[in-house]
Formats: sequence, structure tokens, C-alpha cells
Amino acid sequence: MAMEMRLPVARKPLSESLGRETKKHLVVPGDTITTDTGFMRGHGTYMGEEKLIASVAGSVERVNKLVCVKALKTRYNGEVGDIVVGRITEVQQKRWKVETNSRLDSVLLLSSMNLPGGELRRRSAEDELAMRGFLQEGDLISAEVQAVFSDGAVSLHTRSLKYGKLGQGVLVQVSPSLVKRQKTHFHDLPCGASVILGNNGFIWIYPTPEHKEEDAGGFIANLEPVSLTDREVISRLRNCIVSLVTQRMMLYDTSILYCYEASLPHQIKDILKPEIMEEIVMETRQRLLEQEG
Amino acid sequence: MGLQLRQTFEAAILTQLHPRSQIDIYVQVLQADGGTYAACVNAATLAVLDAGIPMRDFVCACSAGFVDGTALADLSHVEEAAGGPQLALALLPASGQIALLEMDARLHEDHLERVLEAAARAARDVHTLLDRVVRQHVREASVLLGD
Repeated sequence: MAMEMRLPVARKPLSESLGRETKKHLVVPGDTITTDTGFMRGHGTYMGEEKLIASVAGSVERVNKLVCVKALKTRYNGEVGDIVVGRITEVQQKRWKVETNSRLDSVLLLSSMNLPGGELRRRSAEDELAMRGFLQEGDLISAEVQAVFSDGAVSLHTRSLKYGKLGQGVLVQVSPSLVKRQKTHFHDLPCGASVILGNNGFIWIYPTPEHKEEDAGGFIANLEPVSLTDREVISRLRNCIVSLVTQRMMLYDTSILYCYEASLPHQIKDILKPEIMEEIVMETRQRLLEQEG
Repeated sequence: MGLQLRQTFEAAILTQLHPRSQIDIYVQVLQADGGTYAACVNAATLAVLDAGIPMRDFVCACSAGFVDGTALADLSHVEEAAGGPQLALALLPASGQIALLEMDARLHEDHLERVLEAAARAARDVHTLLDRVVRQHVREASVLLGD
């Protein structure tokens, strides 16, 4: 088996090859944004000595009278209607605690979960005792944000057949700021796999199911063995997503698909090498620019 | 050392924006030749900044001492082990506020001014460096993400 070794090399700044400058106002903590008291302070700022001071490192966004600083990397801040992918961490009395890369664990109430068979009834004590039969610690689920509590904790619901427990697939964890907001986050890519782009930065890649199961209600995980071609497609997609993230590109179905197509000439394990990663992402960037302009 | 780090960062991080949560900072010392506390504070500042946790300002730290009538900044292990007075200073550079000031030895108050000044100047130099690096990083990320 051939092994490849590399010596550590100083990273060269990636933005040089792009050759363009940013027009945004960039700040670091402690910088004064403005001394004008007419502005309302948003996230990432605080008031000190009659000046508006930045508290995170990022770019300043001004909307009318509201000034906020968008940090480069933050934990997920829930908003109503977002699709998230999360992992169950605790099973409590009438709810599950779900880890979604946010500041506090998200909550999935028993009443927000569909019963198997799609029945509509009041949840009884037997349902409470059977909770562990539905979802256990360590399970992955896809859900939608129903509400946000005052301290920032997010309440989820799976009241639709497209949400529920996730079966076989690959999870990629990225920063929430890199996932583009779109109309739909469930994509069936033409290369043969499907992907769920969670707004919280958890991306789930799984083999496209042949037929949609209507009566399962999202609880029965499909445990049949996945074929080799499907596995290869999923691994390639995963490596493409990792390379897009390393080069700080926004993730959405078109960018992932273009990156997949650009990576086809290379072997799956070569995609993670720095020079090949740069080449593939550069090609993706060019294609996206051509498509827009 | 853990307690000192905690006190330093409690003064700098805006903890009221994180109710009912815990922020853990783990620092691993790879090589020590004096000034361990200062190095830990400087590294932790960058880590907290990278995580996107809101802070009042950078926290820059430096140690200082006093030998033969001269104030020394950033003591090495040999200078620390010599047994003279040592001062550890953690500063919030933009406002000039002190997050932590610790000294455990005896120093005549006439000399305190000079030693404090030496430590503050060195901490501000560290701030210049950290500031430049962070701005470069933010600029690069901003260019890559596009508009």
C-alpha cells in the first residue's frame, strides 16, 4: 500500500489568487464602530462610554438605524422555520434534548412529534414510557424550528413526513454561516445521492431512497446494505463539501453539484490534498460566476 | 493558574449574553520558558475570538520584573527563578483597563510605576501583533465569502 507523506508548509493566503478586495467595514473586538448615538445596537456590539464598540471580529452590517456585527464563526442561532439536523443527547420526561451546535441544547417536545401511523391524539402516559422506543440517545433526526425561547433555546417539531429519524448516511459538521438560506433544504442530487443542508451547519448525505414510504412516519430506519456505487458517490460528496468549507464557499445545491462534477477526474481520496482542493474549488467558483453573470 | 485565567476572562467576556451556559477554555502548554500565564491569556484571547464569543476587547498579558534598578518586561524562566519581584499584568488595550494585576514579592512603591509601565507597553505591543493577525484573517475570510 503506497503511503504519502508531506512536510508542514506555511499556508499561503487564499484570497491572493482571487485578486479582489472587500468593500465591507471589518472590525475586531474593541474597535469603535461609530460615535453617533442615533443608531440601535444589534448583535456583536455593546455600548461603552457613549460609543458603539464591536464585541466580535467580523463585518459591520447596517440596516437603516440598526448596526450589528456579523462574526465569522458563531454557534447556530435558531429562527422559526429553519430546517435542522440534530443528535439526541437526553431523553427527559416529556421531551428530548437535541444537540444542534447552538449555545443551548434544543428541545423536541413529545407533543411535537408524529406518532407512528400518523394518529392524532393526546399523548398519554404510555406514550411517555415508550419515548425511548421512538428516539434514543445518539439518534440523528431532521426537524424544523417551531419556536425560540427567550434565552435562545430552540424548540423543534417533526410534524411532517419528511422529518424524522435519519438512517444510513454521512454527517458533515460545518459552520452555520456557510449554509445558504434557500427555499428548500432537502435536495436529491442527480449524481445519485440526496443531501439535507441543515441551517445549523449539520449536513446529512444519504443514498436516495427508491420509493417514498408513506406510512412509516419517519421512525423506521432503513438498514439494508448500501451498494458500492452509492457509497462512492456519498464519499465523494462528503470530500467535496469539506473542500468547499476549507475554501470558505457558501454551501447550496448548485455549488455542491458543480464541485462534484469538477472532482470527477480525481480519485476520491485525492480530493482532500491542498493543491487539488484549490483547483477543484477554483473551477467551481468560475462556473458559478459564469452562471450568474 | 486556572483561577487566574477564569478571573481574567470573566472581566472580558460578555457573559450575560450566554444565560444558563458554560464556556470552557482549555490551554495546553507546549513549551515553557517563563511568562506561562501571559502566553495562556494571549492564546485564549485568540481562541475566544475565533469561537465568536462576544468580548469587550482583546486581553493582552505580559510579565515584568525588577532587577538592579531596571524594569524588565517578559521575564524568561531564568529571570523568574532568580527570585526577584515579578508582576503579571493582563490589559484591555483599547480602554486601558486592567483585567488582572498580580505580584507576589516585595517591591518598593517608588519602583512600581516603572515596572507597571514596562508591562503595559509590552502588552500593547502584543496587542498590535494580535490585532494585525486577526484583521488579516477576517479580511481573507470576507474576500473568500464574497459579497
